[in-house]
Amino acid sequence: MSTDYEMMLDVYRGLGQDSSVFSESDVAHLVIHGNEVIGANLVPGLRVEPEELEDGVRVGIVVEEGAAIENTVHMCFGVLPEEGLQRILLDVELEPRSRVEVLAHCVFPNALDVTHKMDAQIRLGEDAAYRYFERHVHGSEGGVLVVPHAQVHVGAGASFETEFELVQGRVGQIEIDYEGWCAERALMRMIARMSGRGDDRIQVRETAHLDGPDSVGVLLSRIAVRDRAWADVYNELTASAPGARGHVDCKEIVQGEAVARATPIVDVRHPRAHVTHEAAIGSVDSRQLQTLMARGMSEDEAVELIIQGLLSKKEKAEAD
Amino acid sequence: MALLEVRDLRLAVGGKRILHGVSLSVEQRAVHALVGPNGAGKSTLAYAIMGLPGYAPDGGDILLDGKSLNGLAVDQRARLGVSLAWQEPARFEGLKVRDFLLAGAAHKDEDALRDALRRMALDPGLYLDRMVDTSLSGGERKRIELASILVMKPKLVIADEPDSGIDVEALRHMFELFDRLRSEDVTVLLVTHSADVMAHADTATLVCCGRTVEEGPAEQIRSYFVDQCLPCPFHDPSMRPDES
Repeated sequence: MSTDYEMMLDVYRGLGQDSSVFSESDVAHLVIHGNEVIGANLVPGLRVEPEELEDGVRVGIVVEEGAAIENTVHMCFGVLPEEGLQRILLDVELEPRSRVEVLAHCVFPNALDVTHKMDAQIRLGEDAAYRYFERHVHGSEGGVLVVPHAQVHVGAGASFETEFELVQGRVGQIEIDYEGWCAERALMRMIARMSGRGDDRIQVRETAHLDGPDSVGVLLSRIAVRDRAWADVYNELTASAPGARGHVDCKEIVQGEAVARATPIVDVRHPRAHVTHEAAIGSVDSRQLQTLMARGMSEDEAVELIIQGLLSKKEKAEAD
Repeated sequence: MALLEVRDLRLAVGGKRILHGVSLSVEQRAVHALVGPNGAGKSTLAYAIMGLPGYAPDGGDILLDGKSLNGLAVDQRARLGVSLAWQEPARFEGLKVRDFLLAGAAHKDEDALRDALRRMALDPGLYLDRMVDTSLSGGERKRIELASILVMKPKLVIADEPDSGIDVEALRHMFELFDRLRSEDVTVLLVTHSADVMAHADTATLVCCGRTVEEGPAEQIRSYFVDQCLPCPFHDPSMRPDES
């Protein structure tokens, strides 16, 4: 077992996660440090084909037709040194009627000059279900550039749910760009939760095309920016089929000299499609603040609790 | 000695004078009704006692246990034992009932939280992990608000229009709560324009157009209020006294 692997697991444990999942034979996992696959375990129905490139690593993941992966698949991506480049080309295919849930941790705890790039092509076959939760943990310096891009094709009756969380450590700079296409009865739910401080820069671009009849799309963003941090959220939802429905929901809390922008685009091209949106940007809600202060919390404590709530993991029902 | 004393309080909001010199006195362990028609200045007075931003008086004084609260921030007043239950309680995305109750709890133990919820007729097993957000009805939210005050163990609870938006059953629990608070040395200031709510108070102050009209036993003030103020003779603004 490599030292890098052990150190990655140490970081994982440090996050309060149970690292024993990486030694259980019935739990699939994949650990990539830099551009090297340093640990993997597969289970029946799940195929992973890593290929190390000169400037990155390509990972093909296939969930076979009809396979329901019982245990959550754990992925751990990271760069432990202060400097480095990680480039991951991810090709994910869920064959018809397959289902899998993935928990990914992306850790850059010591970063001063680290770049993490992820280009993902994701295809979900008919009635497949893919849930992907990605938690980023960065260091206190913010020396990370994170560029995750994904194109997602959700087949008929399939569901794609993804949640991106970056609330521990400094963001550094992040440029998320996800775009998805939904066939009939398909569901796409994308959630981003991030907290920026110092001179962090957050850019989120999420687009969903509800092309199929009765398809559903939800784009939800929760961002808090403090100090001189900057956030720009662009959510676009197009609905062009009968019965397609969607919701765009962006909330951003701004403190200090931070700046936040939100651009919700709703594009409806069929009289039986229905899309709603809401966006709220501003300081902490004064009634919430006063309520907590009337219970004896200081203003700083109250603001912190309100932001923690805003950035907390979203329950499925809340995002609907 | 009175727990709360308001002396000749004058206050303007956004350049408009709301309180023209209100006075009231609330004894310890009393349930005291602050009553008056809509627009009388009741909520403004409640906010001024709590010290909310924008409600700083420009004359008079507010005393708790004989000490002036003027100039103290909301949290400072809360730590002295004053708390406010809003007419329309705030909702908090992502905040669990447990964490909301813990925010002001005098004792940070789960048993105290459970007890407070039970006293508001809410099953702790069902509510502690629910979010204080739009998934709760207005009545549930109001009861959770009061539960959060119970765990604070304050000296003075200001309940602004406690009967608004809740059903009869919840209202019954609320009145039981006020009785129990009284037995636990907590003083309650009920802000209301309801003669029914007043019936549960010991003493009362009637305010009208930003002035104190009458103060005394609740039943006496209630009779006056029902006879003289319903309907409000100053409903027509042209009938109101000079507000300068």
